Amino acid sequence: MITIPAAVDVAALKDTTLLNMGIFALFVAVTMVIVLRASRNNKTAADYYAAGRSFTGSQNGTAIAGDYLSAASFLGITGAIAINGYDGFMYSIGFLVAWLVALLLVAELLRNTGKYTMADVLSFRLRQRPVRIAAAISTLAVCFFYLLAQMAGAGSLISLLLGISDWGGQALVIIVVGALMIMYVLIGGMKGTTWVQIIKACLLIAGAAVMTLWVLAIYGFNLSSLLGGAAEAANNPALLNPGLQYGKTETSKLDFMSLALALVLGTAALPHVLMRFYTVPTAKEARKSVVWSIWLIGLFYIFTLVLGYGAAALVGADTIKGAPGGVNSAAPLLAFHLGGPLLLGFISAVAFATILAVVAGLTITAAASFAHDIYANVIAKGKADADTEVKVARRTVIVIGILAILGGIFANGQNVAFLVALAFAVAASANLPTIIYSLFWRRFTTQGAVWSMYGGLASAIILIALSPVVSGGATSMIKGANFAVFPLSNPGIVSIPLAFMLGWLGTVLDKRQEDRSKQAEMEVRSLTGVGAERAVEH
Amino acid sequence: MGNDARTPAAAASADFEEVQATQQFQELRKRHRSFVFPMAIAFLLWYFAYVILAAYAVDFMSTKVWGNINVGIIMGLLQFVTTFAITGWYVSYSNRRLDPIAADIRHGIEGHEYDKSGSSAPGSSVSGGAK
Repeated sequence: MITIPAAVDVAALKDTTLLNMGIFALFVAVTMVIVLRASRNNKTAADYYAAGRSFTGSQNGTAIAGDYLSAASFLGITGAIAINGYDGFMYSIGFLVAWLVALLLVAELLRNTGKYTMADVLSFRLRQRPVRIAAAISTLAVCFFYLLAQMAGAGSLISLLLGISDWGGQALVIIVVGALMIMYVLIGGMKGTTWVQIIKACLLIAGAAVMTLWVLAIYGFNLSSLLGGAAEAANNPALLNPGLQYGKTETSKLDFMSLALALVLGTAALPHVLMRFYTVPTAKEARKSVVWSIWLIGLFYIFTLVLGYGAAALVGADTIKGAPGGVNSAAPLLAFHLGGPLLLGFISAVAFATILAVVAGLTITAAASFAHDIYANVIAKGKADADTEVKVARRTVIVIGILAILGGIFANGQNVAFLVALAFAVAASANLPTIIYSLFWRRFTTQGAVWSMYGGLASAIILIALSPVVSGGATSMIKGANFAVFPLSNPGIVSIPLAFMLGWLGTVLDKRQEDRSKQAEMEVRSLTGVGAERAVEH
Repeated sequence: MGNDARTPAAAASADFEEVQATQQFQELRKRHRSFVFPMAIAFLLWYFAYVILAAYAVDFMSTKVWGNINVGIIMGLLQFVTTFAITGWYVSYSNRRLDPIAADIRHGIEGHEYDKSGSSAPGSSVSGGAK
């Protein structure tokens, strides 16, 4: 058997900083070479936004997993299980089951009817301007919250992994991460970004698999004794039962329902995930990508169960909470405990790569939405040529990159999980109802789409602003103030049904009829793939 | 639109209302919806049943079944199993019941069978190979 050091010496982590940086620099160097090679034939808008639709289903599925398994998933869920036990595991389940919405209802139909962005699909048979503007605004809002979460996560990760604990030093690292990301997206476009996601997904899943097998080996491949070890180390048998985090009061139970609703309905409406479906040539490949990503993501979340309870058993909740980076440090500390500085260096580099890759994916989505939906179709009224559009997209990348860096510096230290949950809630409220209605409901009209999108977006954001995460609690963003009239920290349970209702109401009250032939065209295209079944010829 | 590189001439000239009205398309639509809607409702019900049990039936979920493994862990892992199973089921259903009929309709449109009267585009028929 392996000899296990008695406890993790957190102070010793600083000695591994150089090694961590070295492994991370190697990752950046390798991916940069690949991005440069991939960018050689980036010519058209379809190349830049959709990688020339040249990826296979399995490649794209791996990239989706890379996009989806963000630092919040890896570090956040492992930490949540280590500290809160079973309730942390329930995040994993929500994040995975949500993919069935994408598989069954959205992925293929969307691939068949759109070109580059979510707004392409939503405005297909409705009036272009109002629907495009609304869809672009909600895309930008979701990307912004998700970006903030990733950049804020980068800050807390740095404090642990690189031993940089002062504010200025962390800000510097956030600037470096942001600048690297801008370079990837500027040079590589969607193709480069996709390759970064693929490499990162492979490293992340491989690293998690090694750690999972290692932890299981320590417990003789017996899940029951691992669970027993975790409960014993925590001195709390309730670690294995639901309710430790969310079971305290009736409000917290309701809050959990709200979170579960946002998780399961938000995934299929995340713009950066939707945009990935355009990088494959056919709907069949889009289906294959979702199937791949479901397998990879499912496998990964099973690993997190072992890793989380493993960290609880081998590292201990007190050590995790006391480490710089807090809950998020469970996975890196477990790596250090198992494999010493080398495994910690590898896992840290993977965690950085994760942030870098997810931020790159979000940035290209936001830039595409601005350039394609707002600039080309609204400001230039469809008269902009593709070259100008790509030029605008590249400039937008720089602007968004700078905004993300600034936001990351100011959000540093904020609650990362809250920002991610907000992004899911906004996506599920603002985007999903309109996506479902426009794909499946013949009568759906522009007014319904606009009401649903703005209503969902506004209600989600207003309810968050009035919730305990912003004011009135010990861990709120604004301390010392209390205007939290809404008791739940997640708005989903109110804003999602409201957005569905507004979409229905806006449609039945709309006196205008939408174009019948456009509806027929969209339905035929979405189910048969006519007009969309081939990679773009040059 | 300047960047609309994805509409072959056949798709541009087709009368989609005519296609939509065909019995073959209605059959495709029916097969698609009669699978995805019940399946989506079923997995959402199963997921929320699980979430509600975890929040409001803690004692039941904490019942130990085998060693330290309780009902909650088993039901959680079952969520993974059903997700994988539904994925596999949908793929095999699509391959058998949806793809052939969808390809048939698509080839019909690309072969100008449904062109609007007087707007045929001769010589622009493209067969469906990738790239």
